[in-house]
Amino acid sequence: MKVLVPVKRVLDYNVKPRVKADGTGVDLANVKMSMNPFDEIAVEEAIRLKDKGVTEIVVVSIGEQKSQETLRTALAMGADRAILVVSETKVEPLGVAKILAKIVEEENPDMVILGKQAIDDDNNQTGQMLAGLLNWGQGTFASKVEIADGSVNVTREVDGGAETDTLKLPAIITTDLRLNEPRYASLPNIMKAKSKPMAQKTPADFGVDVTPRLTTLKVVEPAKRSAGIKVADVDALVGKLKEMGVAK
Amino acid sequence: MKTLVWVEHDGQAVKDATLSTVTAASQLGEVHLLVAGQGVDGVAAEAAKIAGVGKVHVADDAAFAHALAENVAPLIVELMGHHDAFVAPSTTHGKNIAPRVAALLDVMQISDILSVESEDTFTRPIYAGNAIATVQSSDAKKVITVRGTAFAKAVTEGGSGEIEVVASTGDKGLSTFAGSEIAKNERPELTSAKIIVSGGRALASSDQFHSLIDPLADKLGAGVGASRAAVDAGYAPNDYQVGQTGKIVAPEVYVAVGISGAIQHLAGMKDSKVIIAINKDEDAPIFQVADIGLVGDLFKIVPELTEKL
Repeated sequence: MKVLVPVKRVLDYNVKPRVKADGTGVDLANVKMSMNPFDEIAVEEAIRLKDKGVTEIVVVSIGEQKSQETLRTALAMGADRAILVVSETKVEPLGVAKILAKIVEEENPDMVILGKQAIDDDNNQTGQMLAGLLNWGQGTFASKVEIADGSVNVTREVDGGAETDTLKLPAIITTDLRLNEPRYASLPNIMKAKSKPMAQKTPADFGVDVTPRLTTLKVVEPAKRSAGIKVADVDALVGKLKEMGVAK
Repeated sequence: MKTLVWVEHDGQAVKDATLSTVTAASQLGEVHLLVAGQGVDGVAAEAAKIAGVGKVHVADDAAFAHALAENVAPLIVELMGHHDAFVAPSTTHGKNIAPRVAALLDVMQISDILSVESEDTFTRPIYAGNAIATVQSSDAKKVITVRGTAFAKAVTEGGSGEIEVVASTGDKGLSTFAGSEIAKNERPELTSAKIIVSGGRALASSDQFHSLIDPLADKLGAGVGASRAAVDAGYAPNDYQVGQTGKIVAPEVYVAVGISGAIQHLAGMKDSKVIIAINKDEDAPIFQVADIGLVGDLFKIVPELTEKL
């Protein structure tokens, strides 16, 4: 069984984003970048499924040349080979899904595992779009994945609790936070990852038009909250709650 | 513009998230609704009464009973033949269905909008709400999900939508619903609660979480939330989680107990009208957004506060 795992290079989740003064976007010059946390969970899940019938894990990233660092991280975690699709301009989820659909055609995986959302654009679209383009089942926000005969049972985090769906294979899965705890790559594995194969492509190789459909007109900082006050004790807090009409 | 709004319901009643979505859709033009499910006559009748609603399309079929995206998306795509925009709430169901619809229509979705600037221009949060982007869509048809807390709820009375039955597009056979575990919760639903009391890792155990947070919430008639740390540690169930990866809330009053205030948590609650923080670390980032802060030991403060209310 072959699994495809798309990964994205994003601003590290611990870094506080700074909006550029000219309002064109978020400043990404000289800041720490990492693999999108949900994608780490996707890579980890694919590796864990290796004991349960998964034989090959192919990781893909679409973005600037530096995304190869993100792919090397995935290879060091345990993926077998990588495909880098280089685009120095931003590719939207629809474009990413179209490229991934072409890669799926070539590679014929049984499953594609993606993160549920990237923490930069917060779109939460790519997995569902890919499932739509391929006409495959989709198990989004997965907190548990169990491969059965010709199908996969996916427990999903939904508002109010959890839901389990059975999907016919091949299928798309998107990972939620609680699916697993991703491993750290060990130094020997990081060294080994350097010699694992990485193919390099461009969107044009797949004949996919990735012209953006959305134009960002401006990016601003959210409204700042005005400074609050500190109260000395519980009585003062109760007083404030009464003032607000929250307490009687 | 004719907009089609996907009505989220539980088979019995229209969910609140739908009402905010109707408000957002009405800023684009004529609002039509889609009620898909099994045995949904009651829901359709309720939906038709929402103020400002034109047509209510009703698709009644077992294939739509659990809102599986594989079955619902083709139905929506068919209805989009005579609509200009599809709008769904940014709930887990909305987020599951809408992008599949967008891909089938070959358009880019605009996720989680905060405002409608014009027919093709919207604002939306990026980077966990640390930046607000204004985006313009060049697609002929729009697919949009709506952040419920950013729009007022439409009035549930006075409407006279015309109910129209639509043919089912059937079961696509890609997926089946196997079961669900919905947490029983007598308290107000988080995303619509006026007051929320949220606990963090500092509660230190599930027992202490429930013995301290629950009585305070009950006194205030509040919903109960939690930080990711508290959920990961098993102190509270997953669906309590407030933050970038959990629920986005904007109640009148948000009480953060033993929550440090990581950016991922703030993303889920910083639009609350009044934020109250109780934390023993006076340098905790939560105090930078809190309107009222109390520095001290929550194990002393919370019982005393509950007692005095």
